[in-house]
Amino acid sequence: MMKIKKNIPLIDQHDKFGFWGGKFGGSYIPETLKKPVDDLTKEFSELRKNRSFIKKRDFYFNNYIGSPTRFIKLENLSKHLGGAQIWAKVVSDANGGAHKIYNATVHALLCKSMGKKYIVGDTGAGYAGKMLSMAAKKFGLKCKIFMGAKDIKRQKPNCDAMKKNGAEIIPVTTGSQTLVDAVSECMRYWVSNCDTTHMCVGSTVGPNIFVKICGWSTAQISRELKKQIKIQFKKIPKKIKLINCVGGGSSAYGFWSEFIDFPKSQIELIGVEAGGPKNSKLHAAPLSRGAKLGVLHGAASYVCQNNEGQINETESISAGLDYPGVSPIHCFLKDTKRARYTYATDEDALNAYKIVTKYEKLNPSLEPSHAFAEAIRIAPRLNNDTVIIVNSCGDAKKDRDILKKRLGKRI
Amino acid sequence: MINLINLAFKNAKEKKRPALLTYTVAGDNTKKKSLEILKSISKDVDICEIGFPHNTPIADGGQIQTSAYRALKNGLKISDVFQIVKDFKKTKNSKPVILMGYYNMIYQYGENNFIKKCKSSGVNGLIVVDLPWPENKGFAKKCKSKAISFVQLLSPTTSKERLKNIIKDSHDMIYYISMLSTTGGKLKVSPKQILNNYNKIKKIDPKKNCVIGFGITEKTIAKLRSADGLVVGSAICKEITRSLNNRQNPVTNVSKVVAKLRNKIS
Repeated sequence: MMKIKKNIPLIDQHDKFGFWGGKFGGSYIPETLKKPVDDLTKEFSELRKNRSFIKKRDFYFNNYIGSPTRFIKLENLSKHLGGAQIWAKVVSDANGGAHKIYNATVHALLCKSMGKKYIVGDTGAGYAGKMLSMAAKKFGLKCKIFMGAKDIKRQKPNCDAMKKNGAEIIPVTTGSQTLVDAVSECMRYWVSNCDTTHMCVGSTVGPNIFVKICGWSTAQISRELKKQIKIQFKKIPKKIKLINCVGGGSSAYGFWSEFIDFPKSQIELIGVEAGGPKNSKLHAAPLSRGAKLGVLHGAASYVCQNNEGQINETESISAGLDYPGVSPIHCFLKDTKRARYTYATDEDALNAYKIVTKYEKLNPSLEPSHAFAEAIRIAPRLNNDTVIIVNSCGDAKKDRDILKKRLGKRI
Repeated sequence: MINLINLAFKNAKEKKRPALLTYTVAGDNTKKKSLEILKSISKDVDICEIGFPHNTPIADGGQIQTSAYRALKNGLKISDVFQIVKDFKKTKNSKPVILMGYYNMIYQYGENNFIKKCKSSGVNGLIVVDLPWPENKGFAKKCKSKAISFVQLLSPTTSKERLKNIIKDSHDMIYYISMLSTTGGKLKVSPKQILNNYNKIKKIDPKKNCVIGFGITEKTIAKLRSADGLVVGSAICKEITRSLNNRQNPVTNVSKVVAKLRNKIS
């Protein structure tokens, strides 16, 4: 039976071929990418043990990203819902406004240390792209961002930021013109330029090594949170629920990684996927809506696909969650039953956004609004001794056009 | 049983020319047309590579992507791919066919079922773009046990140690990717450099048939004629696109292109 080992980071619990639980992950890559992937794997495994590299990482996490991000109680929202206490880890405090900056910073450091001058990345909501462009600028790297044409239209503020940082945005017009196509195109670009260029995968997806690097980077979130919880409550409370949205799953893994060894009865992990528009058949929720195992972008995971293995189009109001696959790590957490996965529809997320912004001085983007939707749904049924913590992993500035259109709200 | 892939190389070698391999996408632009194209070009082609299209191809350039999307848009299913091979083999039984595609489609079909179906349709070999060595060892073995050649890929980034191991585990044919590129990229290294790398591969095992692919067009094919075989794919897909855009018959146009390619190496 599939089992999670204790006292070993989840990112390291894979077999020699890179599979978690014997079947999730791996590295399904063209021969050309074998060497760059092997080189990166070697470099990363050395650097993560290297004290001066860790020091450098921590320096930038503290002084550039701005760790720690706040951990706050949402008093008014808790009172309004009248059940569990609701808290937020305000990861959107991080430089750039979302958790994507952790992975981007680490990749830029890796790129530098491998002596490469060019860095490329994919982006959906535009945060991964924006952060990579920031990190590239900070570390003097030339940057190209691959982004679906549909996403370029709906996430304009982040595109403006990327351009301002000197990155080149490559619009991807194939397929559904969203994140899935951006990742494909980025990988194709890397196949052609892997001798001079480093690739950053924007989430805990892709070939095994990219899952690991991203998870290692975002784990900072839960390291901070663990300390903050101890300070706030003196000890870890008896009933905690950690709620996080899941697209690729990088912020959720980072939010949970320090808490995976706790018993489920004490700390429940809840992942919320994008259910898409209420009456649409399309969604981006492979875990909670029973998608089959498949191979996408170099890894095996649950994937929204048809019987033939063609990848399905997805639909979500949230560009950051609009992806047919999901991290192999989350598949592993699902099948070992350590985490529970559910979904929120576009309407649920919009409604949650309305409620949160009405009661709190917090402006969560549409991605964490999915997580808030679940918190709002379950909080009233729970007692006050239950502590719900939502990872508010992105800021809604990028969503201003969508929110204005859907809610008539100016932000 | 005669191994058709080996035989094709042997025949070409006797005529002192490289084997010509073409790549077309099954169902591009329709099932009927793609079969007609195969039948028509087969007189000039030694081995037919037939792509089973996937909608998330991570190693294909624009031309082959366009062909794949076109076939899928016309409703092509994997069962149609096998039917096309079967129909083709009815009339051209001695022409070796190699299917090429991405692993997820084989995975969803079931490895064993897929190989079985290959066998019954007359497929002689398989190329799986995103199933590299050593991960492909198990699947390659299964193929071999059913007398289907699993074609290993090599690239300019493949280390010497890897080259040796992969060649040792390879079957009748190996495929050298000419440069760091997706399919259909402009040839960015000199043919001399490509042949240099090719010769290193041949030195490891001179008996293995090695083909060169990626970036080969009418312009470049003659310069690489000392190889065992040469693969042309994107240039053909491009011709299909061009023909459709000009409302011309892709069958006649593609046949002309293939005849010219063959002419350049004969």
